[in-house]
Amino acid sequence: MAILVNERTRVLVQGITGYQGEFHTRRMIEFGTKVVSGMTPGKGGQTAAGVPVFDTVSEAVAQTGATASCVFVPARMAKDAALEAVASRLDPIVIITEHIPVHDSIEMVAAACAAGVRILGPNGPGVASPGRCKIGIMPNHLFSPGGVGLVSRSGTLTYEIVAGLTQAGLGQSTALGLGGDPVVGLTFQEAVALFAEDPETQAIVLVGEIGGSAEEEAARFIKAAVRKPVVGYIAGRTAPPGKRMGHAGAVISGSEGTAQAKIEALEAAGVSMVALPARVPEVLRGLL
Amino acid sequence: MKLHEYQAKEIFARYGIPVRNGTVIERPEQLDGLEIPYPLVLKAQVLVGGRGKAGGIKLAATPAEAREKAAQILGMTIKGETVRRLLVVEAAEIGAEYYLAFTVDRAARRLVAIASAAGGIDIEDVARATPEKIVKHHVDPTAGFHPYNAREMGRALGLGGKHLLQFAAIAHGLWRVCTEMDAELAEINPLAMVDGSLLAIDAKLIIDDNATYRHEGLPRNEELTELEALAKSQDLACVELDGDVAIIGNGAGLVMSTLDAIAHFGGRPANFLDVGGGATTENMAQAMSIVLRKSGVRALFVNIFGGITRCDDIARAIAAQPPAVPMVVRLTGTNEDEGRAILEAAGIHALTDPESAAREAVQLAAGAR
Repeated sequence: MAILVNERTRVLVQGITGYQGEFHTRRMIEFGTKVVSGMTPGKGGQTAAGVPVFDTVSEAVAQTGATASCVFVPARMAKDAALEAVASRLDPIVIITEHIPVHDSIEMVAAACAAGVRILGPNGPGVASPGRCKIGIMPNHLFSPGGVGLVSRSGTLTYEIVAGLTQAGLGQSTALGLGGDPVVGLTFQEAVALFAEDPETQAIVLVGEIGGSAEEEAARFIKAAVRKPVVGYIAGRTAPPGKRMGHAGAVISGSEGTAQAKIEALEAAGVSMVALPARVPEVLRGLL
Repeated sequence: MKLHEYQAKEIFARYGIPVRNGTVIERPEQLDGLEIPYPLVLKAQVLVGGRGKAGGIKLAATPAEAREKAAQILGMTIKGETVRRLLVVEAAEIGAEYYLAFTVDRAARRLVAIASAAGGIDIEDVARATPEKIVKHHVDPTAGFHPYNAREMGRALGLGGKHLLQFAAIAHGLWRVCTEMDAELAEINPLAMVDGSLLAIDAKLIIDDNATYRHEGLPRNEELTELEALAKSQDLACVELDGDVAIIGNGAGLVMSTLDAIAHFGGRPANFLDVGGGATTENMAQAMSIVLRKSGVRALFVNIFGGITRCDDIARAIAAQPPAVPMVVRLTGTNEDEGRAILEAAGIHALTDPESAAREAVQLAAGAR
């Protein structure tokens, strides 16, 4: 099973002819992902990383049966690329690109919601279901198949925790990063709901950070509807208010978005919180 | 990027929002010959909030008083920011005060219009104490915000007649400012009744940094410290903090958790520095030179989880110019063995476990005290 992506997922890479697009397409294929086509306007008919390149998403979908997309298109053109993927009902649409204007993100996410498809990101590392499919830029060697579902906002912190899980013999059903921007598509709550329903996922790891209220919303949902064990970690406890900690979304404004408020909300929902990310595996093992 | 009040007012005026533009001065002598009737208000132009409480806004009834107060405010420091400019405007006889803003609601993933009849004070306090006094309208991105939406909000505030029409024109103008200028926040607080008409007494505008390329002619305001600006010029994300353990890591989430680990073991981070994904040897060398420039740094903690970033590239920068202060390197991931070998050849031992590395960095800083 796993969530969002599996062995049946057929991936189109938008912006495949760029340096990052081509490099990560090769890594995705090595992971076992079925990358069926690429797309770069004006480069239709070429091949990149061994897959055929099309000028438009609709041609790529018609000729290769793509079901999902990975967007490596530069920020200034990313909204157009995402809307094109939405128009062809690709799902999920994983947006790796960072520095997309927030008004563009609002428009993309609204279009995806209206079309009933899911955007993952922007400014995220993507999603991986070990042994089946990876869309994005997460390093391949970290993963092992198993029963832990992991959802995070960030990239390297996800790698850190996935590596720790694998080392401890705890494989993953699916691991995904939601993206570090203020406005992103898929939310913590939606990801947790998918994990809760996935028969293969036995436990959930939620890695949040300061800013916004997505962790608190997930906490309310967990309390009401999740019976699987959940382990949580929140990054940014020591961040001062009003300062942007790298991620555009990681900024505490007023009383909203503090690490303390998130930790309290998750603890009240029965989530086992850890103080340091390296402690996730031992706490998780105690719950399984 | 935050705009100063006088910059925001110039933009608001272009969208038909009633403001008193006033005059910007940098020296008290510039008050002479201004054609602004007394009494007038002197307002410090700073990007930090809370200038009123800090004494950065003063009323003056006579030219002598204005010069004296201008001299007091110019050069004062408000939350670390030195006041270099004053906005001089005619004082207004303020009646009712309203609040009006458009901003990004992250959870709703939409823009939201917020209005209140309890303006003039901290809107977060109003929202907490009396949420019923706040009127909110989430804007459907496919539908937009129309004059009728603005009138409905005005009615909810209890406005009628010509004041309702004035409010609607202002709210619709502010919507256009927000969307056309790529604002994260466009705010009027207070929007006040002055001589029977609504007037924007203050103006706040924050432009999305990722969208400034779409707007020519914007000012370049910098809230960053010298070190932060230096880092930004080299595409490194840096935030100065007040501790003594310098931190370098890759990825915002990982660096935040590194700061937390240092604090967990009783240390105090001197900075947040993210070298970013795919950092080169040169990026790393620049990062080291930036964080070590800060005075009072007693130890350096480098925490790298190689993904796109390669451990050997990082190690090369460290080995080429080892810091003068004690250092702990935690290195794992892509090309870890090569990186480790480069460091060993330079007499530096790298750790793999992040927790013991953080503990050691805290001990080194304490030992150097």
